[in-house]
Formats: sequence, C-alpha cells, structure tokens
Amino acid sequence: MATQLDDARIIEFDVRTDEMLVNMGPQHPSTHGVLRLVLRTDGEIVSEVEPHLGYLHRCAEKIGENLTPRQWIPYTDRMDYLAGMNMNLGWSLCVEKLIEHDLSEKAKHLRVIIAEMGRIASHLVGMGAYGLDLGTFSPFLYAFREREKILDLFEEACGARLTYSYLTPGGATADLPNGWLQKCSAFLDQFEPVIQEYHALLTTNAIFVKRTAAIGVMSGEMAVDYGCTGPVLRGSGVDYDLRRDGEERYTEMYDGYAFEVIVQKEGHYPKDHDYPAIPKEAVLGDCWHRFYVRMLEVVQAVDLVRQAIDRYSTASGDWGVPIKLTHKLPKGEVYLETEAPRGQMGFYLVSDGNAIPWRVRARSSCFCNLSVTSELCRGCLIADVPAIVGSLDVVMGEIDR
Amino acid sequence: MAEFFHTTCSLPTPLAYLVAAIIHCVLIIHVVAVGALIFIWLERKVSGRIQDRLGPTRVGGAFGWLQTLADGIKLIAKEDITPKDADWMLFKAAPYVGFAASYCAYIALPFSDGWVAQHMNTAVFFILAVLGIEVFSPILAGYASGSKWSLFGAMREAAQVVSYEVPLGMCVVVPCMICGTLNLVTIGNQQAGLFTNWLAFNDPFTFVVAVVYFTCATASVNRAPFDLAEAESELVAGFHTEYSGLRWSFFFMAEYGSMFLVSGLAAILFFGGWNGPIPIFQVLGWSESDGVLLYLARLGGCLNFLLKGTIGVVVMMWVRWTLPRLRIDQVMTTCLKYCVPIAAFGFLGALFWQVNELPTSNDLPGIGINRFEARESWVIEADQQRASRAAAVTPSPSDVPIGPIGSVEFDRVEALVMTGGAR
Repeated sequence: MATQLDDARIIEFDVRTDEMLVNMGPQHPSTHGVLRLVLRTDGEIVSEVEPHLGYLHRCAEKIGENLTPRQWIPYTDRMDYLAGMNMNLGWSLCVEKLIEHDLSEKAKHLRVIIAEMGRIASHLVGMGAYGLDLGTFSPFLYAFREREKILDLFEEACGARLTYSYLTPGGATADLPNGWLQKCSAFLDQFEPVIQEYHALLTTNAIFVKRTAAIGVMSGEMAVDYGCTGPVLRGSGVDYDLRRDGEERYTEMYDGYAFEVIVQKEGHYPKDHDYPAIPKEAVLGDCWHRFYVRMLEVVQAVDLVRQAIDRYSTASGDWGVPIKLTHKLPKGEVYLETEAPRGQMGFYLVSDGNAIPWRVRARSSCFCNLSVTSELCRGCLIADVPAIVGSLDVVMGEIDR
Repeated sequence: MAEFFHTTCSLPTPLAYLVAAIIHCVLIIHVVAVGALIFIWLERKVSGRIQDRLGPTRVGGAFGWLQTLADGIKLIAKEDITPKDADWMLFKAAPYVGFAASYCAYIALPFSDGWVAQHMNTAVFFILAVLGIEVFSPILAGYASGSKWSLFGAMREAAQVVSYEVPLGMCVVVPCMICGTLNLVTIGNQQAGLFTNWLAFNDPFTFVVAVVYFTCATASVNRAPFDLAEAESELVAGFHTEYSGLRWSFFFMAEYGSMFLVSGLAAILFFGGWNGPIPIFQVLGWSESDGVLLYLARLGGCLNFLLKGTIGVVVMMWVRWTLPRLRIDQVMTTCLKYCVPIAAFGFLGALFWQVNELPTSNDLPGIGINRFEARESWVIEADQQRASRAAAVTPSPSDVPIGPIGSVEFDRVEALVMTGGAR
C-alpha cells in the first residue's frame, strides 16, 4: 500500500486542498501523557509532525542540586514513572561510582531481580498501551492484570506500588521479605504461558501486523544518528545493550548471567525461546520490530529473574545497607548510563565536596527516541501517528523531568 | 388495529389510525430505547468478561443490570454544551437525525410472523434506504461541531459508510432474489421448517454472502474494527467529540439501535428470522391454529428472533473487544477489493444455482415447506385469479397444462424476469 510517500506534498498537486494544522495533544487519548504533536495534514495524510515538550517539567534536576543523593531518589522515581526501580538503579550506581562504593554479591543479585522485574512491568504497560493506540482494548487489561501482580510483589518489598525509592546508593532500603522469592517464582511460572496470549492478540494478529509492519521504518544508521537507544535502537537491528556493552560498574551486575541481546541478526532473533515467526510484511526497523523486541525482552527478563533468584538465595554478603542520608561526596564529576526499559538512562553528577551535589543532570532515552517522530511520520496517515509514537514508547515524565 | 378502534371503539377513521400509529410508535421506541439500555449493559458485561473483569455489579442488584439507567440519569443531568464555533442548529439537530433514522427503520422490521408495525412489500428496500439516512447524523455532527477532530470523523464516516453500502446492498439482494420478494415477512416465512431451510444454508454461495453481509453490516454501523469515525486513539472521539449529555447519548442509542437492526435483518434474511432451528410450533400445529395457541407460537417466534438478533450483536461486541482497528485505507481496501467482488461473485453464484435449479437444502425431505408456497396474500390472490381466468378458457391440446405459478413455462419466465430468479 502506497501510504508512505517520499513527500506527501507532491501528490495531486493540481487538485490539492487546504492543509490543516491539528493539535494532537497535550490532552489526547493516545499521546502517552502530555505530549503535544502539531500535525500538518492534507486530508488523512500527514505531511509534517512537530513534537512539543515541556508540559510535565518539574525541575527535577534543579531539585537534585538542593538535596543529598539519597534524598533525591524519590525524584528519580517520578522521571520514568513506569520503571521507577530502573531509575533508582541508574542514580544509585552513579552515586556509588562517585563514592567508589562496592556492593556485595547478594546486593547485586537483588538489584538484578528488581531491575528485571521492573523491566517486565514497564514493557507490559508499553505493550498494552500500544494495543490501545491501535484500537484494541483487551490486551491492555491483560497486561495490567499481570503488572498488578508485579506491583504487589514490589509493594511487599518496599511498600510502594509506583514510586518505589527502593534501590538507593549503597544497596536497597531493605532486604526482600521472607517468602518473597517463592512468590516471585510462582508469579514467573504463571506469567510465562500468558505471554502466548499477548502474541495471539497482538504480535501475530493479522490486523495488528497490517497496522505496524513496514510503518515508521527506521534504519539502523538513522537510529544511531538520532541517538535512539533501547528497544527502539535494537528494533532497527543495532546490536547494542548496556547490560553487555556498558560500563564495568553496571555490567558486573550481570556477570555470569546467560542472556543474549535481543536483536535481529542474520534475519532472526536469538533462538533460545519459542518465539512466533516474523511476518513476511515486516521490515527491520518498523513498528512491528520495535514491539517485538519489547516482547522478547519480557521473555528474556523472566529468564534473567529466574537466574537471579537462584544466585541471590545462595550468595553471600548483606543486601546492601544504604549510605548515610548526609554522606559527604568526594570532589569530582561522574556520569553513568544504565539500560532502562526505554533505553539508556544516564545520570551526571558534579560534586564540590559537600553532601549535596553541585550539579545533577539526567540524560533521557525517551527524549532522543521521540526526536525521530517528525522524520518517521512524514507522509504517513493520521492513524499511523499513534502507531509510530506508540512504538517508540515514550514516557513524558522522563522527557520533561 | 385501526379497524379495531374504528369499529369496536367507534372512533372516527383518522383518529383510529392515529391511535394505532401511536401504539406502534411507542412499542417500537421501547424496542430501540430499552434495547439500547440492555445492549449497553450487555456490552459492558461482555467486554468485562472478555477482559477478565466483572463489569458492572452493583446498580440494581444482581449483575448491575440497572447500570445503564443510572448512566442515563447522569447523562440527562449533564450540561448540554454547544461549542462557540459550532453551527448550533445543525449541531443540535444531528443526534436526532441519527436516532430518527435508526428508529424509523424498525417500522418495517418484523419481529415475528405478521408482527410488524407496517406491512411493506418493499421492507428490505425501505430499511436500507432509511439506514442510509443515518450517515447524515455523523457527517452533520462532525461538520457542525467546529472541531477539526470531529471533521476528520465525519470525513471518514462519509467515505466508509457510503462505500460499505454497496456490498451490503449486493448481499441483501441475494436472499431477495431467491425468495422473489422484498417483503421481510414473506422472506421469513419461506424459511419455516428445519434450520436447513434457512437461506444461509440454501447453497454454498448464500453462506458466503451471509458472512460478507455481516462484515459489511458491522462496518456500516461503525463498529470495531471499522469504528474509524470515532477512533478513540486517533480522533479523540471523532464526530461526537464535542457532544455531552443527552445529545451524546442519542448517538449511542442510534448506534445500538442500528446494531440490533442489522443483526435482525441478518437473522431474517439468512438465518430463518423467527423460525427456530427445529420447528416445534409447526410440529405441534400451533402456527396453523388460531387464538391463544397462534399467539403463543408467534411469541415464541418473536423470542427466537430477538435471540438471533442478540447473538449477532454479541458477536459484534466480541469482535470489537478482540481486534485492533483497521486503518482508513485498509478499511476501503477491505470494502472495494474484497467485500464487493465476493458479494458480486456470491450473487452470480446464487443466481446460477437458482437458474439451473441445482439442489438446495430446501429440497431435503423432512419437516418444512416448499419455500415458494409462502407468498404474500396479494400474490396468492393474483395467482388464484390467473388460475380461474385460465380455467375459464378451454385449453387446446397443444397447450401446456396450467397450474399455479411456477408450473407454467410462461409464468416461470415472467416470474424470473419480474423477481430475478424465483422459480
């Protein structure tokens, strides 16, 4: 179907009708929060899309320059509020890098369990909301049903369901409660077969494939040029995952874990699981592949949590006692990126020797991922705009901070 | 009924007709309004169960069956807002146009043998024509709202619904052709007997046509996966973005009214109408008797019909809560590249079947009737007159024997020409 045009403005020049500027958002059901897209449309064809930001800006970085690192943890929760645990982890590792604090084996495995569970929860929302963007409601609720169980587990571990503040510099605020691991394993056993439901309702659904395959195709080079990271980058076939390629301080968490980076190599994805086949309409780098990478990462995260549970229960050491609330930071600057569910989340910290950092900055993955929107949406149909933006899976809290 | 008021209650003729008309109106508006109430509740329950939820459970005691009524009261109490940029007259009129069209079409829809507000020899045509008017409602609403999203919804509605009326019409023609009538009561009565007599099982082509009809009907009443005009994730709420309160609920009532209408039409045209799969009343002889037994038989038929219509509506709900939405170009592709050719092919196939008198399920032995014995009264009278006329003329030995319609070669050809394929 010739819906992707090089330049939609060329078509039917002689009988061209008026163009219309339409605001999609900030109050719109499918812009994932308060994203505002200004569409220039000619009938159903979108010739230009311009994203506007700033509706959820809360000065989180500036606040970070007035609080100690441990006090700032709750603010990181509120950045990517769908993956609070992973935000906590990124900031904690950054601070630990500055104060050169090393964790025990047990604390590292605890972090892997929590971070990967957070990844599952986050991708479930991304997947369900993507179904909503394409007009199907049920997968969203199926995804939330399972996510609620993860949130129950998190609630048991730290008392919160959305803004956890659980992982902190030094380790975590508390050890996992008794019996938590059994509940977690039980959840994973129950959850794994459910993934097939999502594949049936979305991944392999004929209409879903028609709506996403060969839509919003982004080449690997373009993804790298725009600084895209996470599933968006890997969906374009670039083999890069900070859990394997990142800094020592981060990758050592995953030392000894068996996992492959989810990326299409030589025409297929890693074959350690029973994945549904790639439809022939799909092109590498399209919306379908970005979605598929997320789905496979969920499967892989289940596997990683299983491994981590085994290691955690046999590991020695403590669960990682947090540093003091007013721990004095050494002078210096430090930057560290972690692989959050939506991409590389970087934290930058400059200290002048006080307990309170002199400068705090965050590098948001969604910000870069969103920047490709106008490029991908040029010449598509209105219905493709939610499909493309949804496949980037942006969270405005992280973009605006 | 007008005669009853005229003779028994000795009302003057115009008044008698008026009273009869009001009674019909009230009965039908209850079908539409109460039907919408029940279907909206049903939709919530069905979607709830599909999504592993409970749906409404509280209002009205068990199963939350009064939930829609509570919502209706809320909607009545809401402020009726007209946007500043709206064309206020069209904006206010649009919901009524849709509701009136959906409601009017029920005039010709029989609920059981003879239970129809107005007997029409062109009932099929009437219903399609009146349903066609319904498309004005979203177009007017979208145009008059003064909102860009509404305008998009209206544009999509215009493109989609008008296109889908082509295959829809083609599918509807097939049962009319087989039965040789546009009268829905006759079409229903011709399917009496075992379920093998239902037109969907008449020959392979009619079954395909029935499936295509249901697809097109789903599209023409704007249900998912063809609900582009109100695509929530794309157009906020499409043509009814700017509506609130009671006016908004009129769109809903029109939607659910049309849903049941097209399902009911499918039930009559393809799935036997008020005739159950096993003709219990026929075996008992109630449908040939009169008085209470006949009434009971017709009531049973009415329940049968309501059940079939509801099944159609539930299938639409099931589809809605399972599938993602198609894109506008895919919707048009489905219509023009798939539905229209398949419907045309089905029409030709069914025509071929009829002309060559290939065996149909109607020929199967068993309980049932010869389809073509059930005719409208005026056709039967005309036949009798023709037969008596013919009997008056002494036949010459070279003449073909004369019988009722269908056995005389000339009559057969004439009937084929006139009705398009009936024997």
